Amino acid sequence: MTDSPNQNEVIFEAKNLQISAIRDDGSELPIVKGVDFKVKRGEVVALIGESGSGKTTISLSALGYCKPGLKFAGGEALLLGKDVSKMSTDELRPSRGINVAYLAQSAAATFNPSIKINEQVTESPVLHKTKTQAEANEKALKLYHALELPDPENIGDRFPHQVSGGQLQRLMAAMALCGEPDLLVLDEPTTALDVTTQIEVLKAFKQVIKEEGAAAIYVTHDLAVVAQIADHIVVLYSGEVKESGPTDIIINRPQHPYTKRLMNAIKPLPEAGQGESSSDEYLRKDPALATKDVDAGYGGLDADGAPKIPVLRDINVAIERGKTVGIIGESGCGKSTLARVMAGLLPAAGGEVLLHGETLPPALANRTRDQLQKVQFVYQMADTALNPRQKIADILGRPIEFYLGLKGAAKRQRVDELLDMVELPRQFADRYPHELSGGQKQRVNLARALAAEPEVVLCDEVTSALDTIVGANVIELLKRLRRETGVSFVFISHDLSTVSNFADEIVVLYAGRVAEQGSTDKVLSPPYHPYTRLLVSSVPETRIGWLEEASQTREAKAGVSGAVKLTKQGCPFFERCPLAIPGTCETIDPPQRLDGAGHIIECHREVSELGG
Amino acid sequence: MSSTDTPIGAHPDMLGGMPDGDKTDHFVAPYDEGVSFDELPDAPPKARFRLTLTGKIGAFFVLFWFFIAVFGPILAPYGENDLPFPDAYSEFQVPQAGALLGTDVQDRDILSRIMYGAGRTIGISVLATLIAYFIGVVLGIGAAVSSPRVDMVMSRINDAFLSLPTIMLGLVVVAAVGSSIPVLIITAGCIYASVVFRLARALGQEIMVMDFVEAAKARGEGRWWIITREIWPNAAMPLITDFGLRLIYIILFVSSLSFLGLGVQPPQADWGSMVRDNLGALQYGASVIPVLAPALAIATLTVGINLVVDDISAQSGGKLSKRL
Repeated sequence: MTDSPNQNEVIFEAKNLQISAIRDDGSELPIVKGVDFKVKRGEVVALIGESGSGKTTISLSALGYCKPGLKFAGGEALLLGKDVSKMSTDELRPSRGINVAYLAQSAAATFNPSIKINEQVTESPVLHKTKTQAEANEKALKLYHALELPDPENIGDRFPHQVSGGQLQRLMAAMALCGEPDLLVLDEPTTALDVTTQIEVLKAFKQVIKEEGAAAIYVTHDLAVVAQIADHIVVLYSGEVKESGPTDIIINRPQHPYTKRLMNAIKPLPEAGQGESSSDEYLRKDPALATKDVDAGYGGLDADGAPKIPVLRDINVAIERGKTVGIIGESGCGKSTLARVMAGLLPAAGGEVLLHGETLPPALANRTRDQLQKVQFVYQMADTALNPRQKIADILGRPIEFYLGLKGAAKRQRVDELLDMVELPRQFADRYPHELSGGQKQRVNLARALAAEPEVVLCDEVTSALDTIVGANVIELLKRLRRETGVSFVFISHDLSTVSNFADEIVVLYAGRVAEQGSTDKVLSPPYHPYTRLLVSSVPETRIGWLEEASQTREAKAGVSGAVKLTKQGCPFFERCPLAIPGTCETIDPPQRLDGAGHIIECHREVSELGG
Repeated sequence: MSSTDTPIGAHPDMLGGMPDGDKTDHFVAPYDEGVSFDELPDAPPKARFRLTLTGKIGAFFVLFWFFIAVFGPILAPYGENDLPFPDAYSEFQVPQAGALLGTDVQDRDILSRIMYGAGRTIGISVLATLIAYFIGVVLGIGAAVSSPRVDMVMSRINDAFLSLPTIMLGLVVVAAVGSSIPVLIITAGCIYASVVFRLARALGQEIMVMDFVEAAKARGEGRWWIITREIWPNAAMPLITDFGLRLIYIILFVSSLSFLGLGVQPPQADWGSMVRDNLGALQYGASVIPVLAPALAIATLTVGINLVVDDISAQSGGKLSKRL
């Protein structure tokens, strides 16, 4: 890095860059079709687009690297004026880590679990002999401070599994920046993180990139994140630039229809009163499915009959007929476990699951066919949830035959109706799952659950693996299905925005306990449980400058660095809570504060204290 | 993208009031208002299966030998034990009109014996492989869907079988029971079943944890449905590829037993015993063809199968070759 950063210095430039995939028969399939963009010193350029848009492929070209099966087919990738697309690995090696560094999506996969963090962070400059070990250590320490890591003096002596996911993501940034590269390539570095962690990581990245005067290419599909961190945005679709320009213009005044479509697919912020609620005609006050004091976990039971690895403690949730209940929480809070307990896939260790007031046997094998039919489960990944060797007609036909006893033409007719219902052409019945796109597979996955004519459908993160636009379409479909069928949906997600415009009621889980539950409007407006407030305030807005405001809030300051862990007693949110009452919160289970209309907040604070 | 010297985006705030298009480098690709960007297109159709050149060579040899195995006895110029030159008493005659590959240690026509032997070598091996597959797949997938305890017992017993050297085990059985073609088939089938068991069990376990199997269990399906409809169709393709490899091992196993004199018994011809019978040609014969011809037959068949299997496993993602 030069001592006097020249703001106009072009660090990386793609000139009519073309990359092709090589097919088995030797023919080439263009993946990147002539892309131009520039990255100047001190600037963050975001490449945005959906899967298949070529954004990761383009970003890797800055390292002179193509994934196996791909090759540079034309144009130039100029890193500091040198065309890296035509260099051999040996020629590239000196520049990697010094001129350019790469930050992958998963920090956990990047760090070697058996080597101490500091050694890994300082490895690159020491290996390239641009720094002595002492200089590198000094630089690393500076970065730990800049990235606001806890206990920066000693964190380098820990092993990767001894820090949290968000901390590891920031340490990966330290690793990339230790060699003082001119260009940083970041590939979806916050996508796998929870919203509360995402804030701290984004803030740290933004600050460090500015301080170090490096340039960066930031790859993501999330426009809200881009608005916070990028100076310049390049919108990609199917390997072509559709629009590019300064962040302000792309976010506030997009022109190309694809950019507009992407902006439209952004979910509205979770607020009270925006959601579409279920129609009244199906509503009845008796719960279709309910859990009573459910405890669950993994690893078998210990001597007291409690699970060895507890995940859920005292869960009381009721799903009324015809209503949609959203279950939200950070990763590891037990939301998927709860759905699996309801479906019987994981027998509860204690408490009961009730269907129409009748206790269901905890284990799948003991439930009757009738009971199984009424509760259906939809998996997150349609890829693994559909048998690749069965045609769509067989996948949908089996539950129809199994539960409803329809055969032959009647079964086929029902399959056609189901395909109509999920807006897929009828001729898809004769296709195999691999002949469908991701969104279409997810529709088949939903149709299979509906084929059983269930009363409750448990949806486990059904839109999380989908692109923004495709996911938004699936949500629209779910809303329609709910209107037309009167089925109760349990919608599990870590994404508050998705849940809030779809669910009638929300259950907020934290570390295996219900923190707050009630109607969507009640949960998303004050009074809040302190954890709900943290979640709501952490959802990124597609607005320039949001990050700076959000990271100043009381919740964000208190809530960032704790790790989620299940406690045997007291409120598990104690360590991260800005309103915690020491001596009480960590020892006594919080009481249920009632705020009318079924709105329950489990907190030691009075409802009036949780208002403002 | 237009390039200007205007510094762009040092801080987003700087850009707030800038007009679109002129000073900043705002680029918009030409577009057609009618195009909606609702969903990405369907997944591309899978590439059709195609043999490469080496695969085609392999397939040629495999088809050729299977054809001979079926029609050899009809097409052969002489009977299995006929002498082309009954008057001349000499062994190991060189190739000549009337005996294209020459004669063997007892002056029988080598070409005819190879054609007769093809049916026996290939027939025994294919039947033995089918038996190995039947036993191995049924027990292997059975173990995969059984309780961990049953699975453990079955797997440990299988490990014990696997630890015995195949040829030694074969020799012991044949020496004890006596050699006949049915004994050979059943012995080879049972010995190789343990290898198939391991593969089928591993595949079954891999498929058992997939969401679609769990979905079938959650639906309330019985074990039989899960095995036949959910697991078997997904295990079949890799197993069929492995069938070819296992066939090679069994051909070599049967040929080895014959070579050691415990396989197909004289005067019946099979390739392994032909190599052994004619070993003397290397010392006393006028040509090496009596040994080389049956050995080449074994080699071309096994290499041919191998080339085809390589092609199939490379095109099914190479996962199988990694596992083997």
